[in-house]
Amino acid sequence: MSQTAEAEIENYTLNFGPQHPAAHGVLRLVLEMDGEVIDRVDAHIGLLHRGTEKLIEYKTYLQAVPYFDRLDYVSPMNQEQAYSLAVEKLLGIEVPRRAKYIRMLFGELTRILNHIMNIASYAMDVGAMTPFLWTFEEREKIMGFYDDVCGARMHANYVRPGGVSQDLPAGLVERMHEWANGYSQVLDDMEGLLTENRIFKQRVVDIGVVSKEQALAWGFTGPNLRASGVPWDLRKSQPYDGYEEMDFDIPIGKNGDCYDRYLVRVEEMRQSLKIIKQCLEKMPSGPVRVNDRKVLAPPRSEMKTSMEALIHHFKLYTEGYKVPAGETYVGTEAPKGEFGVFLVSDGTNKPYRCRIRAPGFMHLEAMDAMLRGHMLADVPAVLGSIDIVFGEVDR
Amino acid sequence: MTLGIEGLREISAHLPRVLGADFISADIQRGELTVFVKRESILKVVKTLRDDPQLAFTQVIDVTAVDYPQRPERFEVVYLLLSMSLNQRIRVKLTVGEETAVPSIASLFPCADWCEREVWDMYGVFFSDHPDLRRILTDYGFEGHPLRKDFPLTGYVEVRYDVEQRRVIYEPVKLAQDFRSFDFLSPWEGIQKLLPGDEKAAPAPAKPAGT
Repeated sequence: MSQTAEAEIENYTLNFGPQHPAAHGVLRLVLEMDGEVIDRVDAHIGLLHRGTEKLIEYKTYLQAVPYFDRLDYVSPMNQEQAYSLAVEKLLGIEVPRRAKYIRMLFGELTRILNHIMNIASYAMDVGAMTPFLWTFEEREKIMGFYDDVCGARMHANYVRPGGVSQDLPAGLVERMHEWANGYSQVLDDMEGLLTENRIFKQRVVDIGVVSKEQALAWGFTGPNLRASGVPWDLRKSQPYDGYEEMDFDIPIGKNGDCYDRYLVRVEEMRQSLKIIKQCLEKMPSGPVRVNDRKVLAPPRSEMKTSMEALIHHFKLYTEGYKVPAGETYVGTEAPKGEFGVFLVSDGTNKPYRCRIRAPGFMHLEAMDAMLRGHMLADVPAVLGSIDIVFGEVDR
Repeated sequence: MTLGIEGLREISAHLPRVLGADFISADIQRGELTVFVKRESILKVVKTLRDDPQLAFTQVIDVTAVDYPQRPERFEVVYLLLSMSLNQRIRVKLTVGEETAVPSIASLFPCADWCEREVWDMYGVFFSDHPDLRRILTDYGFEGHPLRKDFPLTGYVEVRYDVEQRRVIYEPVKLAQDFRSFDFLSPWEGIQKLLPGDEKAAPAPAKPAGT
């Protein structure tokens, strides 16, 4: 290599990650830099690729549920819900009303869980430590509720095709009420630390601006799309489970910068709290699973006395249920955006194809467009604001 | 345009008129519209779907594929589109073989760029005129297309850190025990809701008068 050829190169490339604390997982960004300014971003993803879609093709419909907890591991139940809705649509079954309310209740709890994680770690990325400590206490309490209903703090496997795995334990509704009444105070405290904080605003206002047109072209969904001023929320426009019965508002942003994305998420938590309270107040009584023995196993008490129940249990946990041939797409409003499941069934007990549409995939794709012309120090600020979790990007 | 399933029927009826010769078939199942189109004209179709004011499918939600190895053109490429103004979804499909290419729609929808890269990576469907068709999710230097039905679940190579060579090395997969595929699928269907022969008991359709 000659000396002159080297001297002509002005730009240089910089590796960001794959092991970087602000990358929220294993992301490798190859940044083409012009001094401190970013010219081009090439994201190398797939370092957490586990082949979930392939694995699901080798599992029965029920065995596939836990994989959905492990996609976006910050919001497990919303993804189980999307998958369950898709399977239910193919089976042509409708879950009982109580199951719908429990799913909504936990869907919104999970939304808060997710937004706490995002905002708190985002605040830490741009230099604030305290919000992380304050809000993670609340996150721990929500994971306690997870623990109460299914025995696991994160990987719940609670929402199943045909309902939920078991009913809420006694006293949980009261405890959730108590928590929900106290949580808005925590939000106020956290906002007091961040929303008007001069340092925080200097890091995020007018950084990573995405216009309405850009957001639509880049396939943004969820809070990121709403922060750019597009009033679009699948819970309102294409309601699933029982969202049409709920009274809540959709916050939208004006400028589409990192600050607006933060504000939209904070307001979404308040709206989620509103939905949680409505769910708790209006929680109907009744069964939490479909009364169809060909899809869901009978209760254990019945199995002690009934031969029929024992056969059903055995068949469901070995062969599983057969799903009529066909295909469907179900999109749901997960905390990060539209989480969709495109399910193709060939009439057997295993999915023929299960495509997982992860919102983070599209958001990360837009990093190149968002970061061009920004400084290197803005990378964590932009990356944190679009709420990336690699479990779902890489699948 | 009307909303809900009626709106979907209107869209379905409107499609052959605007798409012309590119349109092959349309079908509504479970309240979801699937349209088959000609492979060569996908770019034109997606542009029409986006720009026609009665359709306005301005959002590409996903581009994916399904593998059917027994068919002559084994892959089905699926485009999931969304119209925010009509609040409707549509699935546009086309078939493609291993040797043929699909025109890329990344020039119309930048978000389709990575989706097409993923389809290339996972299935080996080639997209022509794609700005940057590299592998996206698999390892650097990976061979094969993992989501094809003939690709084994265990893959072909595994990696480990070798202490002597002091680097990560690739080796053929060695399974400590044979790969077990628990196929519990029963050929016996049990009692159907409709017993064989019962379908004949359905009332015969009324014959038109005067024939």
